[in-house]
Amino acid sequence: MDVLTLSRIQFGLTIGFHYIYPPLSIGIGVMLVIMEAAWLKTGKDIYHQMAKFWTGVFALTFALGVATGIVMEFEFGTNWAAYSRFVGDIFGSALAAEGIFAFFLESGFLAVLLFGWDKVSRKVHFFATCMVCLGAHFSAVWIIVANSFMQTPRGYHIVDSGMRSRAEVTDFWAMVGAPWVSATIRNPSTIDRLFHTVCGAWCTGAFLVVSVSAYYLLKKKHEDFARRSLQIGLIVALIATVLQAITGDSSARGVAKNQPAKLAAFEGLYNTMSNAPLVLVGYVDNSNPLQPHAVGIEVPGLLSFMTYHDFHATVTGLEAFPPQDRPPVAPCFLFFHGMVGIGFTLLAVAVLGVFYGWRKKLSQTRWLLWILVFSVLGPEIANQLGWFAAEVGRQPWIVYGLLRTPEGLSKVVEANTVLTSLILFTFIYFLLFAVFIYVLNHKIQHGPNPDDLVPHGKLALPDTIIPKK
Amino acid sequence: MNHIDLNSVWFVLVGVLFTGYAILDGFDLGIGALHLFTSKDEERRVILNAIGPVWDGNEVWLVTGGGALFAAFPEVYATVFSGFYLAFVLLLCALIFRGVAIEFRSKQPMRWWRQMWDISFAVGSILSSLLIGVAIGNMALGIPLDAHGEFAGTFLGLLTPYPLLIGVTTVALFMMHGAIYGVMKTEGELHDKLRGWALNAIIFFVICAAITTMVTLLYVPRMAEALKEHPWLFSIALLNMLSIANIPREFHRGNDWLAFVSSCATMATLMALFGINQYPNLVFSSPNPENSLNIINAASSQKTLGIMLIIACIGVPVVLTYTACIYWIFRGKVKMTRSSY
Repeated sequence: MDVLTLSRIQFGLTIGFHYIYPPLSIGIGVMLVIMEAAWLKTGKDIYHQMAKFWTGVFALTFALGVATGIVMEFEFGTNWAAYSRFVGDIFGSALAAEGIFAFFLESGFLAVLLFGWDKVSRKVHFFATCMVCLGAHFSAVWIIVANSFMQTPRGYHIVDSGMRSRAEVTDFWAMVGAPWVSATIRNPSTIDRLFHTVCGAWCTGAFLVVSVSAYYLLKKKHEDFARRSLQIGLIVALIATVLQAITGDSSARGVAKNQPAKLAAFEGLYNTMSNAPLVLVGYVDNSNPLQPHAVGIEVPGLLSFMTYHDFHATVTGLEAFPPQDRPPVAPCFLFFHGMVGIGFTLLAVAVLGVFYGWRKKLSQTRWLLWILVFSVLGPEIANQLGWFAAEVGRQPWIVYGLLRTPEGLSKVVEANTVLTSLILFTFIYFLLFAVFIYVLNHKIQHGPNPDDLVPHGKLALPDTIIPKK
Repeated sequence: MNHIDLNSVWFVLVGVLFTGYAILDGFDLGIGALHLFTSKDEERRVILNAIGPVWDGNEVWLVTGGGALFAAFPEVYATVFSGFYLAFVLLLCALIFRGVAIEFRSKQPMRWWRQMWDISFAVGSILSSLLIGVAIGNMALGIPLDAHGEFAGTFLGLLTPYPLLIGVTTVALFMMHGAIYGVMKTEGELHDKLRGWALNAIIFFVICAAITTMVTLLYVPRMAEALKEHPWLFSIALLNMLSIANIPREFHRGNDWLAFVSSCATMATLMALFGINQYPNLVFSSPNPENSLNIINAASSQKTLGIMLIIACIGVPVVLTYTACIYWIFRGKVKMTRSSY
């Protein structure tokens, strides 16, 4: 295999594996804030026990997120040096801002969150938990800013030409895509993509809590703990899945406008047409590689309606782009439709869960509890598929319309070298994943610690409870 | 901000970030290097928990330093990271194992489990320190660059005696730094043990430092050129020597905290000497010095450097403030609790 293929496989592997963890950190972070807030407000120690149990899970996902995340920051330089030279002026500042504003906040206050339980008061601990959660969200902001420049670059100009050409920032906030900048010049995709990604992360955290709680209910263990956790989890899951559908819709309409070739690949639309159909379930017919198109169960006009809110609107198909400018259609179609399918399934599961919970029948409805146990796989797979769709759909560009993927490669790195590192990373990541699952399973089987029903140290002081009015 | 030399400011700031990393993660890596010196599980746990709450935040200095280098001097980031490909992949693997070992180690009671993560922790820490030193050694020596500023050497070409010497010196420096930190954080029998290790580590480092200084003056004269041109810069070299001498002095008197501060000062002055002699180059090209990457030809636009400076001015004071608060919360000797590693 050549350097390009190997480097792409390696980047895909390392980012895909890394991305198992950040959504969990963001999502569990939100759950921790809610649980500790409930503890502060009600003073019921079961919420303390809950927060402590989930803090343990948070620590595990955070450690793996940090360990695998540091690889990402180095990999732009090691494998994509030409890309780094081209975008350094812009991309580098987003990464540096992420370090300063997000990572320090997250990992600094993590110390208090994990080890400060009996060293600080309840309010200080709650504050630390909020800061960790905020840091995790800031991290999402800056990484989406960086990635959105690769998707829909704005606020830059190209200086020099040939080998030394590079993008330089002209308007920082337009490059970032900040909402207060005029819509005509700012990066149009940052905000949509940020909300969509963050909602995905909330889903992941909420469904993990739901899944573990449902498991305890099925096994009739820690039932009081499980019922309350499930309640919080399901409500967050419902809110997050609804928001996910809304932000997904808005995001897809943005793609249609800003990256039409990508949307055409997502939907397997070859011919530019009005009244374009939406293929609900199907596959991509690649029999003529120059005219790939999706076949399957389709609803006429729905694609036009979804992208432009008008059944007769014209949607651009792949035929409008020369073959060398088209993303690979079959994987894009599969990833995108897989993500959307899982998203709506999760929405349905959340609605069912909340409905049965509201009717107080959830603990007895074993079939639904079993579905909830496995529901945690949904957001994880959808997160991966969503990112695959976003990044494969960006091809053949590494920076949309400006730099092609092969042009971004490091020039001094050889195929054998990349193969060595790829084998090394594959081995280590499989090992880490096995250990992660093993330790996570152990934590879940062990369950919440009964001792945690009694707070220790400064946390035990009742004067820190907000007095009831 | 037209009248500020942003390129030089960022040269200094990137240096400050990496120095911060060396001082902070330096003691984590040093603790890791000493981890296997005791075979008692309880003592290993206490040592691990001495850095437990803070190692994560300390590693962020490296991530932010890397980000700042990427943003301010993308040419350097691209050249060095792609040129030192295998070395950086090894460093990443070492840092991964170091990090997850801390998290996983005490999660299971089995002997083989703990032994496995203990070895990962120690080997990961030593290997990281060594590779960081080797990278700095190569920077000091100069690396072959072509006319496009791309690395023109090989992986094995990086493992020459001088960089390896700097690598070993870095391991010694971090071990000493970590041992003194450990002395501050422990009590009782383990504390006495650590005092012994710290003393040996100080001796090990002083020997390495003396050899490194001699070898550098003899074989890498460019690392003393700035001092030759501006004799007042000798004050930094002097400060460095005084710091080193002050470590055993304070340690012997039982002023562990001051010994630790001296150890920090040693690192800061060493980095300062390295930076001063490197300036204005970031990557010195040898044998073709005209291909060197410097603060002008490797930098981002003035606009980006200016924006980044604003970001740094907002971010860094905030970071320093809450980092200090967090160190304050976790001051004093390690107490094992149920939330410990």
